[in-house]
Amino acid sequence: MEGMSTIVKKVTQLMAGLIFMFGIYIILHGHLTPGGGFAGGVLIAGAFILLILAFGSSSLKLKKEVTGSSNTESIGILMVVILALMAMLFGAKVFFFNFLPKGEAGELLSAGVIPLYNIFIGIEVAGAILTIFLALVIFKEESSK
Amino acid sequence: MELTISIILVFMIIGSIFALHAKDLLSAIINMGFVGFGVVICFLLLKAPDLAMVQIVIETVTLVVMVAVVLDSSRKEIEVSFNRRSLLNMAVGFLAFACLFYFFMKAIENLDPLGMHSLRMADSYVNGAVEKTGSINLVTGVLFDFRAYDTMGEAVILYTAALGTLTLLRIKGKK
Repeated sequence: MEGMSTIVKKVTQLMAGLIFMFGIYIILHGHLTPGGGFAGGVLIAGAFILLILAFGSSSLKLKKEVTGSSNTESIGILMVVILALMAMLFGAKVFFFNFLPKGEAGELLSAGVIPLYNIFIGIEVAGAILTIFLALVIFKEESSK
Repeated sequence: MELTISIILVFMIIGSIFALHAKDLLSAIINMGFVGFGVVICFLLLKAPDLAMVQIVIETVTLVVMVAVVLDSSRKEIEVSFNRRSLLNMAVGFLAFACLFYFFMKAIENLDPLGMHSLRMADSYVNGAVEKTGSINLVTGVLFDFRAYDTMGEAVILYTAALGTLTLLRIKGKK
């Protein structure tokens, strides 16, 4: 897949980092402002998709990347389940129990395990969307050869 | 506000009808995007920024992917001819519809009229959710505390979708 024109490349260079940072902000402030793991994860995946669409890449490099992204999403979903299992060990014997101290409502470090769930769901969603996109791109590259 | 939502809904219905009947698949997809972004505006008017945010991001990404897929494969719709087999299919469809409609009417006999439900669950979610979960954003509190199983299910669905795409679209295994 070849890249696009110079204007698109320059704008992408300026915007991709900002989109990535905004995704991280949405995930980390998920328990305070609208948004959360799902929206932030798709934003992060969108930053990568924008980069790949604008600059293009060889299918060999993309194959390395798809291994990484599918590993990342597996780790994300695994960590969510591990957090839920940890709640079984500490505190009440319930799945998804909020076992960490809740802190003062409204602070960034509050709400116990909810920010942690947000972070891992965000990682999982970003990895999954990117994996689907990369699988489609690699399929097109290899079948057109 | 209700008037605005009604106008947007009418536009969305027109867009979806056009998407169904468009001969060119690319214009059908653009009309699908019209429906999706109309939903975003409706969510914003109904004061649901969480849903609007997820919807607008997902809509954009899927639109890009679908346009890329259509441009790469075919822009023509497959013509389906009418024969005896389609009559049978339609009959089965109507039968299933009648069956479902009958049991649906049976099931809603004992329910409260529309809009008059007793909101037992919602009351306990809304009252004191901040003290129970510690999260100011009520939507996140419900998603990750009261209904965490739901969230885990969604994440597992996404994980399975990614794995399925990887499995279906590999070329080496097919040869």
